[in-house]
Amino acid sequence: MTDINALTRTWSGTHGDEPFGRLDLRLTDTCLRDGSHHKRHQFTGQEVEDIVRALDESGVPVIEVTHGDGLGGSSFNYGFSRTPEQELIKIAAETAKRAKIAFLMLPGLGTKDDIRAAQDNGGQICRVATHCTEADVSIQHFGLARELGLETVGFLMMSHTQSPEILAKQARIMVDAGCQCVYVVDSAGALIMEQTADRVAAVVAEIGSQADVGFHGHENLGLGVSNTVIAARAGATQIDGSVRRFGAGAGNTPLEAFVGVCDKLGWTTGVDFLKIVDASEDVIKPAMPEECQLDRMTLMMGYAGVYSSFLKHAGNAAERFGVSGAQILLEAGKRKLIGGQEDQLIDIALQLKAAQDAPVGV
Amino acid sequence: MTAIGKKLTAAIVGPGNIGTDLLYKLLRSDVVEPRWMIGVDASSEGLRLAADKGLEVSHEGVDWLLKQDELPDLLFEATSAYVHREYAPRYAEAGIRAVDLTPAAVGPAVIPPVNGLAHLDALNVNMITCGGQATIPMVNAVSRVTPVPYAEIVASVSSASAGPGTRANIDEFTRTTSAGVETIGGAEKGKAIIILNPAEPPMIMRDTIFCAVDPDADTDAIAESVHRMEKAVQEYVPGYRLLQEPQFDGPSDFTRGMRRVSIFVEVEGAGDFLPPYAGNLDIMTAAAAQVGENIARSILGAH
Repeated sequence: MTDINALTRTWSGTHGDEPFGRLDLRLTDTCLRDGSHHKRHQFTGQEVEDIVRALDESGVPVIEVTHGDGLGGSSFNYGFSRTPEQELIKIAAETAKRAKIAFLMLPGLGTKDDIRAAQDNGGQICRVATHCTEADVSIQHFGLARELGLETVGFLMMSHTQSPEILAKQARIMVDAGCQCVYVVDSAGALIMEQTADRVAAVVAEIGSQADVGFHGHENLGLGVSNTVIAARAGATQIDGSVRRFGAGAGNTPLEAFVGVCDKLGWTTGVDFLKIVDASEDVIKPAMPEECQLDRMTLMMGYAGVYSSFLKHAGNAAERFGVSGAQILLEAGKRKLIGGQEDQLIDIALQLKAAQDAPVGV
Repeated sequence: MTAIGKKLTAAIVGPGNIGTDLLYKLLRSDVVEPRWMIGVDASSEGLRLAADKGLEVSHEGVDWLLKQDELPDLLFEATSAYVHREYAPRYAEAGIRAVDLTPAAVGPAVIPPVNGLAHLDALNVNMITCGGQATIPMVNAVSRVTPVPYAEIVASVSSASAGPGTRANIDEFTRTTSAGVETIGGAEKGKAIIILNPAEPPMIMRDTIFCAVDPDADTDAIAESVHRMEKAVQEYVPGYRLLQEPQFDGPSDFTRGMRRVSIFVEVEGAGDFLPPYAGNLDIMTAAAAQVGENIARSILGAH
């Protein structure tokens, strides 16, 4: 009799020495990167140290630490970091005993020099993110990362906007450039179950055993854990989540919940459920400015297919110009804005304000 | 005085989006005559178009050009930063003036409304990047009124208008543009961000310019200077326009205690080779054509 919960693919774990034994799925916690958006990039060194220690002791094998928008993200457009991200990466690397420290970079914002600096500070996994039709801008960065001996991950952001076939072709570009794991990234939290599975399966079919496939979810329609389970069943073997959903928009797949689900399904993650639940309450919660909520604004992001990190910026612009934040997000969806175009939210707010102030009947 | 009817001869190297768009502009010039179009791929559409327009074309690269009996006075490089770095010394050796449209930054940078008449005698001048041409004038518009300790530009262009050169050179884009924000824009520290947006129909190029200024800076004077700069750029790129009045924010913790000036522009192209959404190509090639013509006038006028 076949086990209905058996995974078709499990993590190959061939990326160097692994202190975690055999894992079905390899988890990455990203609250110190995606959560940077929710935190408005105000992490302190102490918070990073405490969170890394707690996650490391829970058995989380990979912890991502960077400004929310990746290396070089500290800016007017995305928000300035309270503590330089390279300093945070260094603290994380010095704190983690077993976990590897990953960092994110977006070509067009970060550069190869930032990758070198992150490696010097102890980062071991270089995650390069592009919009899901623009993979070819990452070629030079994957080339460098591999040359430097870094493990590599590619992020195809806003995956809900493209068909499985297009994503598979873009994944191919990344793998040919040296990427060792391509993530289907649901940046807007807009993918729904089978849409996730179809995309993951298409990427798996394209790259076969040449690279791993991963999934990164958001909660804007409340589907983070469900999408992640179905992604694993479709062949994703590397999985992102953030403890307590600590991420952009309504947050990421809650990692501790996913660990519990994996325990129930018999999927080995190497993470201790009780320890990560304690970490969530005792360490992550105190570092959060507020819980990540499924509310009018975040629902609008999943509904309109808007990049999750627009949340705080749309809120700021709405407050500054006295217009509706939800309307800003809807318009951002209509304009087909992609990750990085936070500046355009101000333009949208000004247009809404002009329409609001215009005399009626003229 | 420029001798009537006399023109400098020019070669365009790189028959891609930028090179071909530039060709259309130079064909309208009174002082520059595009005579050669050089590529490395016999099936290039740009080469075919150039041949139709009566240019001598070759797909055997610059080596072919440099072997000809007659050499161009001017050469416009529209390949990639790597190629230009390799060939720049050979152009200089042959006495050919190079206008570099890649982010190689071999020669001094030129932004027409800011320093268009500088470096007329340089053997090699650099046009920075499309994003730089669209945004650095506005950084300068602020810095000529009040000191700018930090400026940041965000350039959003349609994916369709970003050719393989731009894509392979994306690090060079950010590096060269940030340097230009400092050296020509006049900011103490510069930062550049580029976004390629695949939306259909393609989006028109949009740029946002953020400048940090003193909390007591004269906002009326800044706004006036920004409007004046818009007009100066419109002289060679008519589709360059402010989307909003300049915005002034802060100071607050999120602006690091400075006042933030935000300037929003859109660049609609002339539609010479690629459609009008590709304002990024248009502003680059229009600026390069201007610089080439300025060089031509200075040489022709001296005769």
